[in-house]
Amino acid sequence: MEVPILKQGPYLIASVQSALTDADLLQLRDALVEKVGRFRSRGVIVDVTAMDVMDSFASRMLRDIAHMIRLRGADTVIVGIQPEVAFAMVQLGLTLEGVATALDLEEGLSFLDQKMKKVGGEVRTRGR
Amino acid sequence: MKGGQSQMGSAQVTSESTTALLRELVAHLRQNRTQLREEWARRITEAKLLTAMTKEEVFAEATSVYDNYVEALETGTFEALQAYARNLSERIIPRGVQTDEVVGIVLLLRDVLARSLFARYHADFEKLNRILDAYEPAANRIAITVAVGFVQERERTIRDQQEAIRELSTPVLQVRERLLILPIIGVIDPQRARQLTEQLLRGIRTNRARVVVIDITGVAAMDSNVANHLVLTVEASRLLGATVIVTGLSPEIAQTLVNIGVDLTKMNTVGDLQGGIEEAERLLGYKVIPVTETENPA
Repeated sequence: MEVPILKQGPYLIASVQSALTDADLLQLRDALVEKVGRFRSRGVIVDVTAMDVMDSFASRMLRDIAHMIRLRGADTVIVGIQPEVAFAMVQLGLTLEGVATALDLEEGLSFLDQKMKKVGGEVRTRGR
Repeated sequence: MKGGQSQMGSAQVTSESTTALLRELVAHLRQNRTQLREEWARRITEAKLLTAMTKEEVFAEATSVYDNYVEALETGTFEALQAYARNLSERIIPRGVQTDEVVGIVLLLRDVLARSLFARYHADFEKLNRILDAYEPAANRIAITVAVGFVQERERTIRDQQEAIRELSTPVLQVRERLLILPIIGVIDPQRARQLTEQLLRGIRTNRARVVVIDITGVAAMDSNVANHLVLTVEASRLLGATVIVTGLSPEIAQTLVNIGVDLTKMNTVGDLQGGIEEAERLLGYKVIPVTETENPA
């Protein structure tokens, strides 16, 4: 199933609705990396609340998405990992190192807002 | 009655003669109830068993055990005795009665009754043999039933207490909006570690925590399994979007963590709980100011 990607101001929100096949994940990766450039987005949120299993391919793909989006000039937050899923992941050694995570969509948005503010602050200082 | 029966053939009347013998036996035990009971209570005191109970209590319990014992011999069913044994255990376990005492008194009763059978049938050796054949298996089963009942009751008590301790042992407390603390005291075994992780991750979700301080001042040492588990918990919390600060690591635990090669970039550690909470407040953007300073804005 294709993952819907919503544009919300300067952010993109990809909301995973069901279990994803490997092909779906690749499709999600390509779509996100492409849209970040097209919409000049500053941040991407991937909501995985609906995923109750996270295998090594899925978590590697999420990490790759985050790193690729970083290279395209935006930040990524993975939100909504379930407690059981989180513990299963770390037991398998899938820790999403270098990727920001947040509790849910709201927290993810506030994380990105915070990050934007910091960047904005820097720009102003330089202008002064 | 002695002479006639002993001359009769023994092979053809095994099972019904066993019941008949048991019946005779029960009648004998009923007849000598007072005397045997007293003898038993006396020997319990002599052997210094059940010292936690008074003489009267021992005698009262001895009486009801005796009656239940005879009833089990008579009916050949052990359910009533089992229930009684469990009930008795429930009453005497809190008073510190030990397993060896319970087994001891049941075996004493067995000895007392066997002696009385010897005394009664010593003139007729063959009869005595057959009576003992009927009596011994039943008596052994009774002893086992009572001992097992006691041990099971004890194990149940221990299980209940363990459960209670476990529930008490891992509180997840909110000290500020978005800030949880998890004080851990005592030994962490793998099961407790698992429960701890579960409660913490659930707590992060329900309290929408962004920072968690795990204080392990009260943990003297942990093995590498548990230390590994702690590291996994820290990483799992990060996946939920919460930062974990571990405080109060003892020198021994620090050594364990270094020995298992923990990636220290993943672990935030601060010396003590106060420092941990201050660091957490800094992360959350809180600033604690004494009232006097805010009142005199000079």
